[in-house]
Amino acid sequence: MEVIAKRPESLTKTPFTYCPGCLHGVAHRLIAETIDELGLVNSMAGVAPVGCSVFAYKFFNFDMAQAAHGRAPAVATGMKRARPDMHVFTYQGDGDLAAIGTAEIIHSANRGEHISVFFVNNAIYGMTGGQMAPTTLPEMKTSTSPYGRKVDDIGYPIRAAELLATLVAPYYIERVSLLSPAEIIKAKKAVLKALTYNKEGRGFTFVEFISTCPTNWGIDPVKSKEWARENMLPFFKPGCYRDKGEGVE
Amino acid sequence: MAKVLMKGNEAVAEAAIRAGCRLYFAYPITPQSELIEYMAKMMPTVNGCFLQAESEVAAINMVYGAGGAGKRVMTSSSSPGISLKQEGISYCAGAEIPCVIVNVQRGGPGLGDIQPGQADYFQAVKGGGHGDYQLIVLAPSSVQEFADMASDAFDLADKYRNPVLILADGMLGQMMEPVEFKPKKTDEEIAILGEQHNSWCICPNQDGDKKHHHEINSLEIDPLVLEKHVIKLYEKYAIVEKNEIRYEEYNVSDDNEVLCVSFGTASRIVKSAIDELKGKGKSVGLIRPITLWPYPYEQIKAAIGPKVKKVYVFELNMGQMVDDVKIAVNGKVPVDFFGKVGGIVFTPAEVEEKLEKCF
Ligand SMILES: Cc1ncc(C[n+]2csc(CCOP(=O)(O)OP(=O)(O)O)c2C)c(N)n1
Ligand code: SF4
Ligand SMILES: [Mg+2]
Repeated sequence: MEVIAKRPESLTKTPFTYCPGCLHGVAHRLIAETIDELGLVNSMAGVAPVGCSVFAYKFFNFDMAQAAHGRAPAVATGMKRARPDMHVFTYQGDGDLAAIGTAEIIHSANRGEHISVFFVNNAIYGMTGGQMAPTTLPEMKTSTSPYGRKVDDIGYPIRAAELLATLVAPYYIERVSLLSPAEIIKAKKAVLKALTYNKEGRGFTFVEFISTCPTNWGIDPVKSKEWARENMLPFFKPGCYRDKGEGVE
Repeated sequence: MAKVLMKGNEAVAEAAIRAGCRLYFAYPITPQSELIEYMAKMMPTVNGCFLQAESEVAAINMVYGAGGAGKRVMTSSSSPGISLKQEGISYCAGAEIPCVIVNVQRGGPGLGDIQPGQADYFQAVKGGGHGDYQLIVLAPSSVQEFADMASDAFDLADKYRNPVLILADGMLGQMMEPVEFKPKKTDEEIAILGEQHNSWCICPNQDGDKKHHHEINSLEIDPLVLEKHVIKLYEKYAIVEKNEIRYEEYNVSDDNEVLCVSFGTASRIVKSAIDELKGKGKSVGLIRPITLWPYPYEQIKAAIGPKVKKVYVFELNMGQMVDDVKIAVNGKVPVDFFGKVGGIVFTPAEVEEKLEKCF
């Protein structure tokens, strides 16, 4: 009998601890499958800072580092500089990357560090129970924006992909969505591109996933996807913002 | 090797490279800038990595990554920058990352000034970052010792899988003295040093039985597991306390009527005062802790001779190490303290005057 789908070698047998319907698991799976396909499992190392994916070190079946909130790109920088033969990625949430860790992501991108960054944007702080993130949408209610995000007071959401695309060094920047099977297939292509460039030593690669947080949004998983499609995608437009390999500058 | 005249900041950098440090991450700050500049100049000549980080926060996290990959790695800064590193230092201690941190202390609090000080003693030995942990803390008092401590610090860091802090000050960083360096470690020796960590660090993998899944981590969500981890750390610290206490005795004898305790730059001035008093027939001893953690409590206690009337502590702060001296002396004789702050260094005459009053 032919096996057409199996657990990627790049994932351990530890069950995910994500909430039902959470898309972190989908993002993990895309990354793991791609690492398998590229034959990188023995040279791969990942860094996951705090956020719902803090236990990613248990889920990926290669060497992993847990990092302080926001600092994964710095940790990955140190790791990659210490072991240039290994392939290194970070896996970060939006609070992590676009608030507390803004300096680290901008400067690692600006140096063109040879790492891949997987950025899960769910417009909220998932792990700490649903507080406002730098990506929380205007008027969106969270536990620390109970009257809705007021842009006059706290500003507009940060578009990380576009922000990083103002820098010269990054090699590849793309935003994808995880909201439907068709979009997941597209997302997989972006992951493949990022990790292929990583394998080839081309430079800094970045994939932003538009994701959901049914638990803290207080909406069921199916409706969460609809909500994200209606509210997130118009503001966080999927697309390729940089691909030096394909001449997209 | 012949002696060369060098600033402390440069000497410690050169010695670190000789000891096999090939990764250095830091952010500029006075009075340690010669150190980062020396690394910028020399690291490329040994195929090492010099990276000027975007902040001290980033630098210490780069150290966490590189040390987690099993390689000799160093960062340096001065007081305000060391404060910024504290979260990362706590992570390094929790995840047992071998690494070396140099603090060329200046005056504080806040932005303070850029003159020498010793006011980061508490931060260095009593925590600084969050949680139960210990750094191994070395305090040099000459440029030669500053340089020697670099290789010592890396050896200790590797041996105990623990961050090691060299607590120097602006005076030692800036002043020039003759130094003799240890031989340079060869690339082969450096590779072997790295391999000792292959059982736990981030390193390339293999298929089959030899496949590994190493986790660089300080998170234990289960309280019972975290408790076990912290207890294990403290068992390690107990071994460090047993094996690694270092100190210098200066003019300690049964004739001593005063015993001084002082570390780093301050201890040099105390030595001058002791020499002056010796000429006047007055006997004063000095214990100079070289490891500020583990601390030579027993050694200080044992050095209190039969005629000692007082233990006198001299520091360039408002009185920090004196707390540890009081623990060591444990009420046996009175403990007095003299300190200067703001980057002002006491003179031998000032110290002498304080000591003379004890006779
Ligand atoms: C220095 C520090 N500040 C705050 C926290 C608490 N904290 C942990 S995760 C988190 C937010 C994570 O949100 P995000 O990065 O969006 O990830 P998600 O959980 O949504 O996937 C916060 C504030 C921390 N661990 N460390
Ligand atoms: S809290 Fe939100 S982001 Fe976190 S696991 Fe649950 S659904 Fe996913
Ligand atoms: Mg989030």
